[in-house]
Amino acid sequence: MADILGAEVDEEGFLVDLKDWTKEIAEQMAKDDDIELTEEHWDVIDFLREYFEEYQIAPAVRVLTKAIAKRMGKDKGNSKYLYSLFPYGPGKQGCRFAGLPKPTGCI
Amino acid sequence: MAAKEFDIPELPTYIEIPELKEGVMDGEGPFKSSEEFQEPLGFPGEKIDNWQEVAIAKMGELKSKYRSVQVFLDSCVKCGACTDKCHYFLGSSDPKNMPVARQDLFRSVYRRHFTFAGKYFPKLVGAKELDDDMLDDWYNYFHQCSQCRRCSVFCPYGIDTAEISMAAREVLDAVGLGQKYCNQILGKALTVGNNLGLPEPALKDTLLDLEEEIEEETGVAVKYPLDVKGAEILLITPSADFFAEPHIDGLIGYGKVFHQDGVSWTMSSYASEGANFGMFIGSYDVMRKAALRIRKAALDLEVSRVMVGECGHAWRVAYSFWNTLSGVGAGAADEFGQKLQDQLDHRYPQPQHIIEYTYDLIQKGELEFNKSENDDRTVTFHDSCNVARATNMGGISGGQFILPREVIKAVCNNYVDMERSTIKESTFCCGGGGGLLTDDLMEIRVKGAMPRMQALKEVEKTDGVDTLAAICAICKSQFSKVLPKFDFDPYMIVSVHQLVSDAIVMDKPQTDDSDAADDAEEETTE
Repeated sequence: MADILGAEVDEEGFLVDLKDWTKEIAEQMAKDDDIELTEEHWDVIDFLREYFEEYQIAPAVRVLTKAIAKRMGKDKGNSKYLYSLFPYGPGKQGCRFAGLPKPTGCI
Repeated sequence: MAAKEFDIPELPTYIEIPELKEGVMDGEGPFKSSEEFQEPLGFPGEKIDNWQEVAIAKMGELKSKYRSVQVFLDSCVKCGACTDKCHYFLGSSDPKNMPVARQDLFRSVYRRHFTFAGKYFPKLVGAKELDDDMLDDWYNYFHQCSQCRRCSVFCPYGIDTAEISMAAREVLDAVGLGQKYCNQILGKALTVGNNLGLPEPALKDTLLDLEEEIEEETGVAVKYPLDVKGAEILLITPSADFFAEPHIDGLIGYGKVFHQDGVSWTMSSYASEGANFGMFIGSYDVMRKAALRIRKAALDLEVSRVMVGECGHAWRVAYSFWNTLSGVGAGAADEFGQKLQDQLDHRYPQPQHIIEYTYDLIQKGELEFNKSENDDRTVTFHDSCNVARATNMGGISGGQFILPREVIKAVCNNYVDMERSTIKESTFCCGGGGGLLTDDLMEIRVKGAMPRMQALKEVEKTDGVDTLAAICAICKSQFSKVLPKFDFDPYMIVSVHQLVSDAIVMDKPQTDDSDAADDAEEETTE
């Protein structure tokens, strides 16, 4: 199996053990995707991690956009904005950077 | 992670049979399922040592258990009618994606081991051994079939290709070669209750959030009840409806319709999934386990009606298989199946599709719409394969084509159909069905979307279509991903109930919040 900064990741690049997550790992994952993490990215990543800690799952898109609207302003509370931060999708790419498991299903 | 590079197919004015490109879709197939996901489903954790022996024995078992499989394997005459009917063949040009050729990967092995001619004169009848290369081809190419059954419509013998693909995947699971996407999801569905693994507290809070949002937006307290014992209707909907866009706007639409009807309804946190991937992997046992969760929820919540949301294969499983799997409908002979039969109200179709329900209310004049709310759109409808070719709605011939269109036309002024040979029973798959909706299969998903995208492009040119409506969670997610590859707006895909939601007139007081809240309260407890 592959690893990122010594932490094991699965074939889709998600952390195998969520406890391995560090900010450096998130930064490295982003760098591998040609993204430089800005404050806005971190706002999303922090929220994803907080939500996961409480519910053991990533937030639904609508929950995420609402939370972002509250934190960053109404004009940013939509999935278009989130896709501009995470082009492969806030759910999948955002969760990967945040060290969360990949959301599965018909999504 | 950077995805594999591949060419996006061009959209021709007419679909033509492509020049063959042998081996273009060769490969290792989707990610394989690990022990962690295999064993809870009763499959070996990895490829077993005596895989050949077990595979042949499993084929023998399937042949005897499902008469249809044997008939389909025996009756193909290689007429070629199916060759150019598959979206994956048309989009990829790989000859092994001609339905007849893909099936023949399985059929040639069947011939070798289960027919007289194949046992003694294999070369004369195209019988082949199941060796490593053949097994690899099975894994790769049977995950390039979405079990959409378009080819079956054109087969003069009525061979159901999907059943062959299901059988092949069942054999693959039996030797330890499962697909990660399907089997990981099934594990969650059978333990947590939905494909996402959305636990009850998260589901509850997501629904509360949604209620807040709708009340803020409309001033009407539309409710999304969960685990309400004694409600009339149990809604079984794909969990993507809770989680993803554009799906959630469809869920908002269902809630508004229930609200206007004044019916009591609920969802179940135990059975919070309409999708049943047991069908995709061809496993009757796994499919039954998933279906039994729904029966248990219906019994526990003492509902009198079971309704299915916008999910293509959920409606197929519900319409065609629930009766014998779990006794929703009529058929299960065991004690709990019988108990459920007694509990359900047979004045209504059991199960009923949400489209049938909304359509009925429209027919009775019980819903009011402001169609001009959708005047900024020109809409076309994508028939989802499992609904189109395996089910019915409304109990009338072709109802599964008529009802969704009638619902759309009741809420939109501008509706256009795509070209006749690409809709209704001849509909092209979105490209992501049958357990293929995973990033590791993106190449075949994009290529397989080409025929649908071609028909869409034509109505965009001729009629200015800018909205694509569907009633399947997989179709909606697949289109969101592939539309931009063909120069469409990814946000043009919507739920049919999103169109309903945008046009429905909510006649509860718009200003007095307390009244609206009281009304809704009564509704959920009555």
